[in-house]
Amino acid sequence: MTTMLRPLAVVLIAAIGLSACARGPGAGMSDPYEAQNRGVFEENLRLDRAIVGPAARGYGGSLPDPVERGISNFAANAALPSDIVNDLLQANLDDAVVNVTRLLFNTTIGIGGIFDPMGATGLDARPSDFGETLHVWGAGEGNYIVLPILGPSTERDAVGIFVDAFTNPLSYVLGSPERFIPVPANIGSALSQRNAADATFDALILDAADPYAQARLLYLESRRFQLGGQGRSSDPYADGGGFDPYAPAAGGAPDPYEDPYAQ
Amino acid sequence: MRNSPLTRRLFLATSSAAAVMVARPALAMSEAEATQLVQQAIAELQAIIDSGQSERQMLGRFKAYFERFADVPVIAQFALGRGVNASAAERRAFEDAFAGYISRKYGRRFREFIGAQIDIAGAAQLRENQYEVRSTVRLRGQAPFELAFRVSDQSGRGRMFDLIIEGVSLLRVEGQEVRDLLIRYGDDVGRVAQHLNQAG
Repeated sequence: MTTMLRPLAVVLIAAIGLSACARGPGAGMSDPYEAQNRGVFEENLRLDRAIVGPAARGYGGSLPDPVERGISNFAANAALPSDIVNDLLQANLDDAVVNVTRLLFNTTIGIGGIFDPMGATGLDARPSDFGETLHVWGAGEGNYIVLPILGPSTERDAVGIFVDAFTNPLSYVLGSPERFIPVPANIGSALSQRNAADATFDALILDAADPYAQARLLYLESRRFQLGGQGRSSDPYADGGGFDPYAPAAGGAPDPYEDPYAQ
Repeated sequence: MRNSPLTRRLFLATSSAAAVMVARPALAMSEAEATQLVQQAIAELQAIIDSGQSERQMLGRFKAYFERFADVPVIAQFALGRGVNASAAERRAFEDAFAGYISRKYGRRFREFIGAQIDIAGAAQLRENQYEVRSTVRLRGQAPFELAFRVSDQSGRGRMFDLIIEGVSLLRVEGQEVRDLLIRYGDDVGRVAQHLNQAG
């Protein structure tokens, strides 16, 4: 079982390394690398316009929907062992049980995960990642960063993405050619998502006055919600500003998004 | 680009940016009334979507729906911010432009809502006259997602003032947008309004 210990060692090393860069969770957000991030963001948008967007439309347009869905299902199923490792590291037994059940039935009855019979019974996927594990262990999200190709992230989640590349037990169990099968499926799944989000992506990000600022807001808010935070609103009826006492207190730091013009 | 939290389902619900509410006297609303209003708003939204009309016709209906059920003046003034130097006339012009912009921007997304099943999961009181009504949205072939409606009758009758889709508040999204426009146009509210008249 030494193969199972390797990911754990990577995990611990990464967690120790992270504590050096992560800060406590703030109610607002921290973007000290903004100038650099904007450069990467522009680069990503160029790549999206030139390659990813057209490829996604071509992919979505050429494949019949059931085939596309099958490929995405397969990719999600192949990621389940990694989800389960993270569920266990988080001591989240509920999600671990759901994901193990999905893995067992979707891999067999669902023919290697191409179909999602468990989803049809209401047992939906509960994806996880090592960024979430670090969150559960108490790591703050750190600063906002934009990764080349991968897009918006935080320091904590970037470490998570790196570690997740090693935490999928499948890659230790399968021989060398088979372990790469999920890679094209993952790319296909990502293209499907990009294609499905096409018009909305344009409306919310590309058409925005400042696409960078809007993408940052959307990423951080939805990621925090994903990690168990509450959806934050503001109170537009409050006198003298929109600061919302119902937003998670999280250290009580001022939130630049609450009404920036309130005095 | 990896935009996992920005996936389609996050935004699907945006078409219901308009939502909520029948005219009522200014007595503080109850939790049951808040829930009932959200239910009615959902039913009316689905009636528009399922009407089979052209996009142009639906956008017209959607604008009226939005102006009736969402607390547009309060949302618009919040997005603009209180510290901005603008005359009353400029603020009114901004409000009009904002209402049109919002209904076009989110009205165009209504198609993604066809066949959606929205189940109310519960309601909670936020403060004396503010409620959050939570729901789960199911779309064909997709994992369900959470949509919360925030409603209040502080402007005289019950209306919606925010929609929160998987943690993303549309009030804050539009607050960010207007803030960025003010930066671009050097705090000239008239030019921001002009921009919004063309946008969406």
